[in-house]
Amino acid sequence: MPEKPKIAFYWCASCGGCEESAVDLAEGILGLLDAVEFVLWPVAMDFKKKDVESLADGSITATFLNGAIRTSEHEEMARLLRRKSRILIAYGSCAHQGGIPGLANQFSREEILRGVYDDSPSTNNAEGVRPRSDHREGGFRVTLPDLHNVVRSLDQLVPVDYSLPGCPPTPKLLGEAVRALLAGTLPPRGSVLAPDVALCESCPRKDSKPTDLSYQEFRRPHRVALDPATCFLAQGIVCMGPATRGGCEAPCIGGNMPCTGCFGPTSRARDQGAKALSAIASSVEPTDDAAIDRVLDGIPDPIGTFYRYGLARSILRRKAGLPVDPREAR
Amino acid sequence: MPEPWEPRIVAFFCNWCTYTAADLAGVSRMKYAPNTRVVRVMCSGRMDPQFVYDAFARGADGVLIGGCHPGDCHYIEGNYKALRRFRMIRRVLREMGIEEARCRLEWISAAEGEKVRRVVNEMVEEVRRLGPLDLPGRAAEWDEEVSAHA
Repeated sequence: MPEKPKIAFYWCASCGGCEESAVDLAEGILGLLDAVEFVLWPVAMDFKKKDVESLADGSITATFLNGAIRTSEHEEMARLLRRKSRILIAYGSCAHQGGIPGLANQFSREEILRGVYDDSPSTNNAEGVRPRSDHREGGFRVTLPDLHNVVRSLDQLVPVDYSLPGCPPTPKLLGEAVRALLAGTLPPRGSVLAPDVALCESCPRKDSKPTDLSYQEFRRPHRVALDPATCFLAQGIVCMGPATRGGCEAPCIGGNMPCTGCFGPTSRARDQGAKALSAIASSVEPTDDAAIDRVLDGIPDPIGTFYRYGLARSILRRKAGLPVDPREAR
Repeated sequence: MPEPWEPRIVAFFCNWCTYTAADLAGVSRMKYAPNTRVVRVMCSGRMDPQFVYDAFARGADGVLIGGCHPGDCHYIEGNYKALRRFRMIRRVLREMGIEEARCRLEWISAAEGEKVRRVVNEMVEEVRRLGPLDLPGRAAEWDEEVSAHA
């Protein structure tokens, strides 16, 4: 019997939703388990790093890596899995675009540590304990990974062969990717394994999208009753659909919430936020500075709105002027 | 010795008004700061925010956008679209730690060669006061934490 293709599934800075999406293959996962051999899947199986290290370079057929890269451990595992794998797939928004963790690129490492270990309302840390990468006590040495200054998408660290977008990717796209992988029918390297058209094209509310939009105000989804059948943009709700790749089957729209952009840009755009800003801001109705600004005030957090999943991999990447902490001495 | 720093400003001028005004400034032999690299676009409404971010990410210290006066756009309302985008781009730049004065939008008609001279000179001095932005250098510094282990 020929050897089964070896597959690894790994997580870096992620929430677990991507793992959940694999489980969402439901009974389909049984066929997958028959067809492949898992060599690493921390959330489901007991393999260790040394098991991966003991494999020959390039012997893993494909690694699905989810989560952003933001610690020295993520970095080390991503480099290891890149070396061991013939195909590396950035799985989910965080590996693909930096994802929600990428929003941390608006803050310095120190601001983040202070927020988490000192200032958050539920923190009780009178001794001012902070994580340290190297600690000695009573003759013992304890180490922890370093927190990077900058959050990165996977392809900002190592070459990536394919990206499977989404927060999380859909079981349909994962199933298609696995079938293509096993059949040897994957598209050219570098492809994003989802349709290359904007979500609006497949939106169930497409017919109600006006040709010309004109905003006198932006309304926020938690403050208004949303019409369940009309284009969100026509309702004055910011929807990332025009600047976001489709293929998600529009579950948010189906749940009467606007698109927040988790599938990233199409291949024609490099900066999803810039394209969304361009489409939405240009359709504001007023023509003078003050009145335009009043309308734009309806988008109080432009970074969190336009770059919710894409800040780390955007053109500007990180807030300029933030300090860079040196690596802790080891 | 390295050359002293000089502000680098990428200017996007619309074909019908501001670029023509810059031409006028040239043929009128007006002298102004040599710190702009002018890119001709058909309309200020063609300004994709990606152009602005890209200019900064590739080393510009300032970005100047020039278009026709309100009501005078060759394409009827491209300059209004540019203005609305610009107001939002400045918010994004502020959030991303880039001073607002580094990005400027000006209406300059084909007859206003003198205004090109004044606006460019003003902007060069403002950006000179702010100092180098140097996003490529900053990005290289950010990436030292990973490039050291490649």
